[in-house]
Amino acid sequence: MKRRHKRMGFIISGLAGLAIATGLALNAFQDNLVFFFSPSQVAAKEAPTGRTFRIGGLVQEGTVKRDTDGLTVRFTVTDTAQGIPVIYKGILPDLFKEGKGCVAQGKVGANGVFYADQVLAKHDENYMPPEAGQAIDNAKAAKTVVDN
Amino acid sequence: MARINWYKYASPTNFYPFAEKMIPWFAFPAAVLFIVGLYVGFFVAPSDFQQGDAYRIIFIHVPAAWMGMLLYVLMAIYAAIGWAFNARLSSMMASAISITGAMFTFLSLVTGSLWGKPTWGTWWVWDARLTSTLILLFLYIGFISLQASIDDPRRADRAGAVLAIVGVINVPIIYFSVQWWNTLHQGATIRLLGKPTMAPPMLAAMLIMLAACWLYSIAVVLVRLRYIIIEREQNAARAAEVSV
Repeated sequence: MKRRHKRMGFIISGLAGLAIATGLALNAFQDNLVFFFSPSQVAAKEAPTGRTFRIGGLVQEGTVKRDTDGLTVRFTVTDTAQGIPVIYKGILPDLFKEGKGCVAQGKVGANGVFYADQVLAKHDENYMPPEAGQAIDNAKAAKTVVDN
Repeated sequence: MARINWYKYASPTNFYPFAEKMIPWFAFPAAVLFIVGLYVGFFVAPSDFQQGDAYRIIFIHVPAAWMGMLLYVLMAIYAAIGWAFNARLSSMMASAISITGAMFTFLSLVTGSLWGKPTWGTWWVWDARLTSTLILLFLYIGFISLQASIDDPRRADRAGAVLAIVGVINVPIIYFSVQWWNTLHQGATIRLLGKPTMAPPMLAAMLIMLAACWLYSIAVVLVRLRYIIIEREQNAARAAEVSV
């Protein structure tokens, strides 16, 4: 075996060992690597409800309500299986919309309501012109009419 | 059929004049494609149904992020070959790539931050995608400063190679972070398998910009490689210049 082949073998086996070590480490830190928990995880008591954490999901259609002070917003974050009511006082990002993704940071109160101190919009990976977006909305509306 | 003797170009002295001849062939098409790509991106591609015109940052952000990751892998491969086979030119190539890779990674972080404020509502979050990309920038900076701190070029090559190869683990973590963990950053729009979830003119602008970034990178890396060759093999390179 030539020296350079030995060196190449050393590099490849070193890299393989490192990959396994990284995989194990990331697996062990799994809980600290998630940016948010889904409402189902919160319902299953997987979320650290004692301290500040983040929940993520879709803003349920028809649940966004503003209080008379114009700043406090109430809405429900859902993953279609479970929903969590959220109260937030502050300015919402432009892309915050019913039926779209959002991530809220805060604490769960004793009454099961999530008191958020920050709300971020989570964008999806779809990009299309407004006409196409409109067409999809229309199709969805038509489907809801048929379903009802 | 005349066979090209590839080993000839593995020698820095022979590669030096060859690189000089190749540079314009990448630099000019890069300039043309940047202009075409930006034109298509700003004037031909429609605005997005949710984000309006803010999404147009992707024409720089996405190619920059891809280049940052791909150049790192390329740098690690060149550094490994240079180390294992004692190929000087290959190690020099790794050093030449490092700065362009760092620049693209920095660009993707800055453009992403500028986009994040109006879209997400924040400049920065510590989610897996953003954090691992920041680590990529630190790896590049570490590689560059480690090599700069060692006087003997061959020792600098070896030390850099170890860092580059260890750091390559981070690249798949960046790529798959949006699948493995809940992140604020959205998933991949363009996948290896399956259709991209993006309107065709938008995709066209992005791919043109990606091609432009590749050509730019090749041209700039060759320019930098020539300077590294001059610096390291001053006498030999001077002799070659005289003979050309």
